[in-house]
Amino acid sequence: MSDDVIDSLVGIAPGSALDTMRARRPVARSNSQRSCEVLLTPADPGDVLLAERWAVAAYVAGLHGEEATAAHYAAGLAQHAPALAGAVQAAIAETRTHGPYGSFPAGPLSAEDSEGPEARLSQTLAEALGPRLAAAFVHTHFLVFHPRDAAPERLRPLLDAGWTTTGIVTLSQLVSFLSYQIRVVAGLRALAAA
Amino acid sequence: MTETILTPEGHDAPHAFTRAQLDWLPWLEPLPEEGLTQAQMTALVDPARAKSAYFRLLLRDADALEARTRTDKDIFYNTDAGLPRAERELAAAAVSRFNGCIYCASVHARFAATYSKREADVERLLAEGVAADLGERWNAIVAASVAIAETPSRFGAEHIARLREAGLDDLAISDLIHAASFFNWANRLMLSLGEPALP
Repeated sequence: MSDDVIDSLVGIAPGSALDTMRARRPVARSNSQRSCEVLLTPADPGDVLLAERWAVAAYVAGLHGEEATAAHYAAGLAQHAPALAGAVQAAIAETRTHGPYGSFPAGPLSAEDSEGPEARLSQTLAEALGPRLAAAFVHTHFLVFHPRDAAPERLRPLLDAGWTTTGIVTLSQLVSFLSYQIRVVAGLRALAAA
Repeated sequence: MTETILTPEGHDAPHAFTRAQLDWLPWLEPLPEEGLTQAQMTALVDPARAKSAYFRLLLRDADALEARTRTDKDIFYNTDAGLPRAERELAAAAVSRFNGCIYCASVHARFAATYSKREADVERLLAEGVAADLGERWNAIVAASVAIAETPSRFGAEHIARLREAGLDDLAISDLIHAASFFNWANRLMLSLGEPALP
């Protein structure tokens, strides 16, 4: 098994049919892995701590309910920020739902609006996460489950909690990249089994 | 003062899905176009993207942007067999329609129409949504794209069987998985960091 996270999580053995297929899209394969590395283990973490990156990743993976990926990021969190592991698992259990839902711009598309919850973290949980991660988790839940509810005011709690503009870009890339990686893992595993 | 929210004014927002060319206006301050370093230009991959507020905002995390862009281009532009370009774009448009990204849907609906020459079907996808009847092969592709886009993903053996029945080989199905998954990345960035505008 290689160091490639997607290969490893799907269980793609060298020389297998899926290995051969992935080799025909070599740039996508290597840059999917590169995305994972620059977002989760950057040489210079800049405005987002490694502990914060792994906490968000473990939360996103847990929300998606894809077992292998969830276990991978939970293990990474246990390594990078063990003190947060319990709070992240509690956040997953408290806020898991199904997406996508949300509202379209008011007008003809409003007929397609569908209701769903905003993440509400309990006081205990918000305190365990601290203000930066509590704000990040609420934003992450919106990105994962109801991104069409986007509005500029949604960035305010992040800025108020000390996230910089650059940090918000990194956070957004992390959640969005994982939304891709988790689906590729689930999809390729289904293809391997079919 | 970069740690602030931008509130774009004086434009009309689209209220429906469209194939028209839209603008995209950022809610956070992009890097200025003047004075980008060589390393930043490399991270943009395509130098013309220095004109785009979207890419200059993402350039704040240059490594993440560069890896994102190279992933994107190989998934959609690699011409070594697999799913035809038109249908990779159809998957992108269907996911964008389903998630509700009017900007992304406009771009990839245009590409899907250009490469397939099936403007009426693409228009029907935008107008009616992902349940539109586009003929069995496209219906199978749209249904699989939607299943992939759900959280948690619902894509499984029944979708793969239908795609194979519709004539897709496994490399084409892998391309579809990647194209649909990638737009779950792209939609979330486009939706949450700025807004579409009619020109």
